[in-house]
Amino acid sequence: MRTFEQACFLAASLLFMLSLRWLASPKTARRANFISMAAMALAVLPALIAAFRGQTSANLVNNLVIIGAGIALGSAIGLASAFRVRMTAMPQMVGLYNGFGGAASLLVAVLEYLFKRDRITVDSSIPVHLSVLIGGVCFTGSMAAFAKLQELISGKPVLFRGQHLLNLALLVASVAAGVFLTVSPGSLTIFVVLVALALVLGWLVVIPIGGADMPVVISLMNSYSGMAVTTTGFVLRNNVLIIVGSLVGASGIILTHIMCRAMNRSLANVMFGGFGATVAAGGASSAKGTVKEASPDEAASILANAQAVIVVPGYGMAAAQAQHAVRELAGILEKRGVSVKYAVHPVAGRMPGHMNVLLAEANVPYDQIFDLDSINEEFQRADVALVVGANDVVNPAARKNPSSPIYGMPILNADQAKACMVLKRSMNPGFAGIDNELFVQPNTMMVFGDAKQTLAKLAACVKEEG
Amino acid sequence: MAGSEYWFLVFYIFVLAVIVGVYLISKVPPLLHTPLMSGSNAISGITLVGAVLATAMASWDVNGLLAFFGVTLATINVVGGYAVTDRMLKMFRKQK
Repeated sequence: MRTFEQACFLAASLLFMLSLRWLASPKTARRANFISMAAMALAVLPALIAAFRGQTSANLVNNLVIIGAGIALGSAIGLASAFRVRMTAMPQMVGLYNGFGGAASLLVAVLEYLFKRDRITVDSSIPVHLSVLIGGVCFTGSMAAFAKLQELISGKPVLFRGQHLLNLALLVASVAAGVFLTVSPGSLTIFVVLVALALVLGWLVVIPIGGADMPVVISLMNSYSGMAVTTTGFVLRNNVLIIVGSLVGASGIILTHIMCRAMNRSLANVMFGGFGATVAAGGASSAKGTVKEASPDEAASILANAQAVIVVPGYGMAAAQAQHAVRELAGILEKRGVSVKYAVHPVAGRMPGHMNVLLAEANVPYDQIFDLDSINEEFQRADVALVVGANDVVNPAARKNPSSPIYGMPILNADQAKACMVLKRSMNPGFAGIDNELFVQPNTMMVFGDAKQTLAKLAACVKEEG
Repeated sequence: MAGSEYWFLVFYIFVLAVIVGVYLISKVPPLLHTPLMSGSNAISGITLVGAVLATAMASWDVNGLLAFFGVTLATINVVGGYAVTDRMLKMFRKQK
């Protein structure tokens, strides 16, 4: 049995690694997901066998009911939510699942403590406390991110005096509780306090972070859920959990790093900055000039006579559910012989890769979608840069204005195209709360209105051009 | 195996897994970052293993209830995560 179990774990670990390898290309990515499912089955199988084999009949019924009901209910909820969620709501869905994973790790650690608290040893208690802390923070932190993205609470940073000091105090207190429990184990009260501290800390750490910084938070929470799995692996002395948790933890950290770099900010700045609130207060208007408004008719005739168009999607495209309308306009332009490409900034949207998924949903072939480095040169040769609901990621102030809060952030050079069209609901500034110089450039025209409707009008007008 | 020896071995596994993880994940293109995130998220539901093993020790009391929640939440994470990832990956296609 022991050999069988270890063989399953070894195979599962290798398959998980192969799965990540296959995620390197969209051609093999779907296969990667299937192989990952198989690996998961292999990893869970020995635990299921252990729960049902050699048990007394009373225990067997008990385990069957709890595990059976849990898996049935979990599968039903998981499938129902996965098939019903809109692609635009993917960030909060991933946030929610992530929180559930964290909560499960937390519960496993709590149970481990409850079962063994009178005879727990140091090498069990340290990982248990780490699991509680990381799992708890991951749970409520992900819930806070979910609540912000779902707009159950305001997406704006929630700031109050002494906030960081309070968070630091909570962290110190929870570490102290963990140390105390390690030195003199057994107390139930202090353990409950530790759990509560972790839960409060998770919530408080995320609420000061603004909506536009959510790609960082979601990535970071992803990493925490991985680390929680690793610590659970330490608790259970289970290698596959340690390995898998490390892989997920590394994935989250890398994505967090990519997101921070794409905003030219440090992780500390994102976590503690309250970006958006502070900037909006102090952000002096640097953009001077007149805004040129264009009707869909005027814009359409420029598009119809263009040769190369680059579409720059942003969160506004997701908010307006405009991805299909974008694709339709692109299709009409392509029929006229216009080359259409898509430029996606790493932090466009609310999670890493958000825009790519929406464009894929609208049937945009992935070889027309380019990232920052591979397309930025091409804007100079493009006739039109069509900005759909993007703002800060195309703000030239990041290149030109050293006093701008986003100075130094790598941006898409939409301003360098011969003409730049910005589809936008109104002149309200983006999430960073900064005026956008792009909007007042001589070669920029603003087309105001709901992105989806504007795109439909543009498509109709281009068709009329004949 | 002596206690400290075990933890050294575990530490080897941990460090090597992180290195492999960093190497593999840095090869994933930005195009697939959302499926990477939701897929790795589903994988982190592997804590289901822990929840199932904990259930084996629990009985009809608060512990049993906690174990039930643990199994349920981990399963939502695994099943929902994989399903949503597959839904996304099905949509990625090349130019004809």
